[in-house]
Amino acid sequence: MSETKFTKDHEWVRLDGGIATVGITDHAQNALGDVVFVDLPEIGREVTAGEAIAVVESVKAASDVYAPIAGKIVEVNGALSDNPGTINSAPTTDGWFFKIEPADAGEIAALLDEAAYAAYVDTL
Amino acid sequence: MADSTETLLETPLAALHRELGGRMVPFAGYAMPVQYPAGILTEHLQCRETAALFDVSHMGQAELVGEGAAAALERVTPADVQILKPGRQKYGLLTMADGGILDDFMVANLGDRLFLVVNASRKHVDLPYIESVLPAGVTLKPLPDRALIALQGPQAVASIATLAPGIAELGFMGVGSFNIAGVPVLVSRSGYTGEDGVEISVPADLAEGFARTLLALPGVHPAGLGARDSLRLEAGLCLYGNDIDETTSPVEAALTWTLGKRRRTEWNFPGAERVREELANGTKRLRVGIKPDGRQPARGHTPIHAPGGAAIGEITSGGFGPSLNGPMAMGYVARDHAADGTALDLMVRGKAIPARVAPMPFVPHRYAR
Repeated sequence: MSETKFTKDHEWVRLDGGIATVGITDHAQNALGDVVFVDLPEIGREVTAGEAIAVVESVKAASDVYAPIAGKIVEVNGALSDNPGTINSAPTTDGWFFKIEPADAGEIAALLDEAAYAAYVDTL
Repeated sequence: MADSTETLLETPLAALHRELGGRMVPFAGYAMPVQYPAGILTEHLQCRETAALFDVSHMGQAELVGEGAAAALERVTPADVQILKPGRQKYGLLTMADGGILDDFMVANLGDRLFLVVNASRKHVDLPYIESVLPAGVTLKPLPDRALIALQGPQAVASIATLAPGIAELGFMGVGSFNIAGVPVLVSRSGYTGEDGVEISVPADLAEGFARTLLALPGVHPAGLGARDSLRLEAGLCLYGNDIDETTSPVEAALTWTLGKRRRTEWNFPGAERVREELANGTKRLRVGIKPDGRQPARGHTPIHAPGGAAIGEITSGGFGPSLNGPMAMGYVARDHAADGTALDLMVRGKAIPARVAPMPFVPHRYAR
């Protein structure tokens, strides 16, 4: 498994076997609060980097989740429908949102590394 | 709502909120805790399970003093204030000449004066409005030096009654003065959660110590504005600025129960003409409860359509009910779509979510008898 990368929209991305798994960061789940619903993209959908493709609803509010890279949605985490709280309890593992077949895997390399993301969060 | 760049006011409990890890947000010009580390869901459920303490010191408190104070207040509300006996409180609306709602408020008869609680976001318009109708001899006295603390939940009264047993004797909407741990307080058995509980007016300089005393009682947890909002929505209670405002009438808002019986024969309150006409002929729209199918919440300002059809209204408050364990909302719909069970489409991000008009409260009230 490769290094985990991050976006300034608080998503994490992990490339494994040519497929990128995407979720939201611990910082993001903490800011959102208790998640009660998640709206996931359709499998097969072609997405562009920065496009709002999922929605996460906490008790408090709804927030968009963006595609960190361009590509095709190949899988979504259906278990989140029944247990959206997994996004709070395990945001970077079982709480993943969707998997993208990257149009250009090089896009992932250009995202923030863990230290750069941590430094960015510190500025917020 | 103050812009975040403006200086926010603080309540007397601000230091305590920070110590407790409260996440402070701007609300009605004040820095208020939206939640503590436990989170909105847990704080909500703790209130329904044991007891929750809320700081509501941002709300406006005032006294109306002088001969004829109740009759004077009736110049700005359709509530029957004169019928209110000493030691009793009621909920009412301040109405405007055109029948819109200026604010909702609580009024208590303390024997020698009336005690008022109005919304934080509206106190700057309410108090001058009330003052403008007062006859000579009746005086409105704002009480900015008092904090307001709500203790809500099935164990709230039993807990606080260990410090002041008389509180357990208050009925729902009963009011009394007590001395709790050396602090002179005004207690009313009321709240904004649908649970039994009390709201306590406390001298500001003693409020922090008093709040600590309450938080030390068994089963009492701090809760923020987030839980307060999900609790009141489950209880079907209106939030001024969302569900009622200057454009909504008491009849449209389904708050006709706040119109005093005598007042409906006198028709001498602001907006009486519109209210009378609407009671006789009905309104174009009505506030109703709405339950979306499934789990997805529909928030305020979500358009409401007839199934597969035209726009017929808008959601004014919506979210997820932790005790209901599902989404819930209230909003205004055209009158012929207002009956319980009527199918609706909620247009969330361009997609129609099926929903139905549902009776409120969504979670049964558990007020004291």
